[in-house]
Amino acid sequence: MNNFTEENFSSDGVSLKKKLRRSLFKSKMRAFFLVLPLLAFLAIFFVIPIINLLSQSFLDFRYATLMPGSTQALKDWDGKSFPTEEIAKAMVIDLIQAKKNKTIGKVATRVNRELSGTRSLFTKTARAANKMEAPYMEALIKKDKKWENLKTWQAIKISSMAVTPSYLLAAVDRKYTAEGEIIQQDENRRIHVTLFLRTIEISVIVTLATLLLGYPVAFLMASLPLRTSNLLLILVLLPFWTSLLVRTTAWIAMLQSSGVVNDLLVFLGVTADDARFSLIYNKTGTLIAMTHILLPFMILPIYSVMKTISPSFVMAAKSMGATNWTAFWRVYFPMTIPGVGAGAILVFILAIGYYITPALVGGQDGQMISNIIDFHMRSSLNWNLAAALGLVLLIFILFFFWLYDRFVGIDNMKLG
Amino acid sequence: MKLKNILIGAFVGAGLATSVTAGSITVVSWGGAYTKSQVEAYHKPWMTKTGHQVVSEDYNGGLAEVKAQVDAGNVTWDLVDVEKSDAVKGCDEGLLETIDHGSLPKGADGSVATSDFIDGALTECAVANIVWSTIFAYDKSKMSNGPKTIKDFFDTSKFPGKRGLRKSPKANLEMALAADGVAAGDVYKVLGTAAGVDRAFKKLDTIKDSVVWWEAGAQPPQLLADGEVAMTTAYNGRIFNAFAGEGKPFEIVWDAQVFDMDLWVIPKGAPNKDLAMDFLKFSTATEQLAGQASWISYGPARKSSAPLVASYHNKPSLKMGPHMPTAPENFKTAIANDFEFWADNGDELTERFNSWLAK
Amino acid sequence: MKKRAIPIYASRGDVAWFYTFRFICALVFLFLIFPIIIIIPLSFNQEPYFSFTSGMLSLDPDAYSYRWYWDILKNGMADPDASNGWWADMWNNAQWIRSIKNSFIVGIFATILATVLGTVAAIGLSSSHMPYKRIIMSLLISPMIIPLVITASGLFYSFSQVGLAKNYLGLILAHAVLGTPFVIITVTATLVGFDQSLTRASASLGAGPVRTFFRIQTPLILPGVISGALFAFITSFDEVVVVLQLADVRQRTIPRQMFSGIREQISPTILAVATILVILSIILLTIVELLRRRSERLRGISPE
Repeated sequence: MNNFTEENFSSDGVSLKKKLRRSLFKSKMRAFFLVLPLLAFLAIFFVIPIINLLSQSFLDFRYATLMPGSTQALKDWDGKSFPTEEIAKAMVIDLIQAKKNKTIGKVATRVNRELSGTRSLFTKTARAANKMEAPYMEALIKKDKKWENLKTWQAIKISSMAVTPSYLLAAVDRKYTAEGEIIQQDENRRIHVTLFLRTIEISVIVTLATLLLGYPVAFLMASLPLRTSNLLLILVLLPFWTSLLVRTTAWIAMLQSSGVVNDLLVFLGVTADDARFSLIYNKTGTLIAMTHILLPFMILPIYSVMKTISPSFVMAAKSMGATNWTAFWRVYFPMTIPGVGAGAILVFILAIGYYITPALVGGQDGQMISNIIDFHMRSSLNWNLAAALGLVLLIFILFFFWLYDRFVGIDNMKLG
Repeated sequence: MKLKNILIGAFVGAGLATSVTAGSITVVSWGGAYTKSQVEAYHKPWMTKTGHQVVSEDYNGGLAEVKAQVDAGNVTWDLVDVEKSDAVKGCDEGLLETIDHGSLPKGADGSVATSDFIDGALTECAVANIVWSTIFAYDKSKMSNGPKTIKDFFDTSKFPGKRGLRKSPKANLEMALAADGVAAGDVYKVLGTAAGVDRAFKKLDTIKDSVVWWEAGAQPPQLLADGEVAMTTAYNGRIFNAFAGEGKPFEIVWDAQVFDMDLWVIPKGAPNKDLAMDFLKFSTATEQLAGQASWISYGPARKSSAPLVASYHNKPSLKMGPHMPTAPENFKTAIANDFEFWADNGDELTERFNSWLAK
Repeated sequence: MKKRAIPIYASRGDVAWFYTFRFICALVFLFLIFPIIIIIPLSFNQEPYFSFTSGMLSLDPDAYSYRWYWDILKNGMADPDASNGWWADMWNNAQWIRSIKNSFIVGIFATILATVLGTVAAIGLSSSHMPYKRIIMSLLISPMIIPLVITASGLFYSFSQVGLAKNYLGLILAHAVLGTPFVIITVTATLVGFDQSLTRASASLGAGPVRTFFRIQTPLILPGVISGALFAFITSFDEVVVVLQLADVRQRTIPRQMFSGIREQISPTILAVATILVILSIILLTIVELLRRRSERLRGISPE
């Protein structure tokens, strides 16, 4: 189409090049407008909500909005000297107001996250606050000795920061002190790094296991005549189409102590009736069930690559004297790498965000990072921490998504 | 957008088709035998008396759902049965409606509500209905010479087998300390120190490998029945029901029981607040509380109900008195759950508990 | 032409390897299928257990029963033994029935929304003139990649601020979001082989873009749209994590009901439901397979 020259004019006298450019622009706009509704839909109901949540990982306006006076007063406090009477007065005024507005619980919860035990300090003091008189610092201390403790005020100062590093640091088992230092969380409260590492460990094992099981199967299907391989493909697609919950339930029936596998092992004399294996409600259970659930995601991309490889390459290699192994390893295998890469990254991405299976069959040592995020969303109600953990997980996933796009290309994603 | 209108229209249609008639409240409780006792003692008589409907829902405790509904401005629950620490926490956070104690009915003996209810049963936003307890239990038919004290629960060499525990630090830490020799009255004093918490976790460490964790109240009796565990902690009423109702050979050990209250609360902005309040008053009257105690072995929260508690609803020979947490025989080493301690330290201890579990 | 499985010149080692390899593959297929098949007989267990009783193994008819299938209908009913108004009671009160209704309400509306938006977008995306194609495509696919827990938490957190949490509308919007990537992928796949000269031919014959779309493109991409819709439906139908956070007990779907069933009170009712779902997935799989073949035939890509 580029061989039109400047001299070409259409009947209305406009340069054809210009016209073409206009028409190209038009079709660009047409294409874009077709995508626009979905883009807008996803922006409103997906992207913005998630960003909204993730921003909570470093924003916490609760204290600053509900206790404005003390927030202002604490701004100039250095965190080392004992707080002034002015700060105490602002605190008492804030407490009275918070009690009246029934927001004292929210404030207390916020400060309690920084220093355990301050919740009741706040609720108790707030109940007595409207009877307090100057000097306020003495009145506070008279109500509860904890007001004398510098740590209490440091925790309040940290809580009053609207932009706070506390949650993101907590997501990697660190904490922020009033002196502005970052220190490690007490040993017996560290959990997130362990969970992140375990999540990666489980995902890597599952990826390798699915590769080990999936590659031969894909190879077999690719080498069989189409009619047979289509039949086998259905055996791969059926689990793919079966509800995740159904498959997890199935593994409970298979692996529990009175389950099919243990029954069979006892019957075969592999183990005694009273020494059945613990195959479920632990990491083993999570690994087995996840491998099963993610196996089709490995087989399908490898198979679709293998289908396109002509058998003549291997035959040629063999005819030139290569052994079976050399022909496979030096000629065939390198050609399947794109499929292996696609499958591996896909399985890894899906595995790392897994929630349901570990929640149902993971017991205590088979829990993953998603489970703790859900715990903070739905049980402990520490949404800020959930957001922080989510942000760390998301960064991790996006890195692999980018990798996938680079090496495989999103447009090459296929289903079944 | 037109599509949206159509969608909304479709929902309204779908909603109408499935929603219940006017004059209906949603009452949320812990499910299983406990909810059943409430249905029999509260819901059914109230429905007969007023002609309104009660929709019963189950949950596993905690404030998460209430908070979600209140924050979302879409409250669908009218009345919720909560633990005391949650009742206090929820009230402080402004999630619950306040309740006027003066409007509660007088006791059957004529005493005003505020003096008829036992200590701590009335809070700013909640009214207690029962006293319940976390105990441990075992299957008599499998253990003829069963455990007697909380020490035996933690002794896996003398009493081999798996142990069931609630997946939460609550009650577990108290029982661990009791098993380690701390007197019932001192449990929270010890637990208030870092060394005390370490001590409790160290005690739990001794059985960690043989623990099966449960979350819902209905699980422990099932774990015992399936033989998955040799003994398990449980809510006393659930075990009682398994042997009274289903004839299971379970035995409760009352040593170091941790007792607590369950209270009714009304979420802020509940859709049928007035009806819910009416139900609350009705269900916490002397007669209803006593009636519930004939279905499950939880102690009524009113003093005036105690004399009316007699025997199991369909077994006149089965007297309820000795099965109550408050029976003197059972109460000797009881630990009163300190709701303030848990409101204060619950987050940190849960964090530590989770970290301990994950190791 | 019939190929021999093993060439004549194969050595004994080759033959041994050939059979070992097939045996390994058979084991993998067994691993894939066996757990799904095994729940079917277990769901007819007379006893309330998840395991085979000795009666079942000796094929004693008394050890099998339909009781758990009845339980699907009865669980949660006000009075399962009443003869009067049994059906109405079941329809309105049974927990599983409620979750089935919810699953269909949410699934169908979410599918419609996802399919319409996804198909239109896929047509735009497959145009060679589409600007910023790569980045837009990544964005449109991301609901499939981002961990469900993050999506669910984000939607719950934000939806509750605008009154979309704990109701049907919020749940449908969320499931529509999750379904769109599948529609995009399947529809673009059918459009990849689409011969653009057909639209030009249609235009040259005087048809406007709308007419071209309905008369030329629609029949060709329809199989892709339908299988995309099926994927979107099954995504919604199988989704729990978002439902856990976003739905109230009144909007409980089948998988959500199964989730609490597995967590709290394991009973073979779950196996009965699972069996029904397996049958459903077999039906859906067949439809998608048939559609895929039809689409390939229409576009002139013969499978044989």
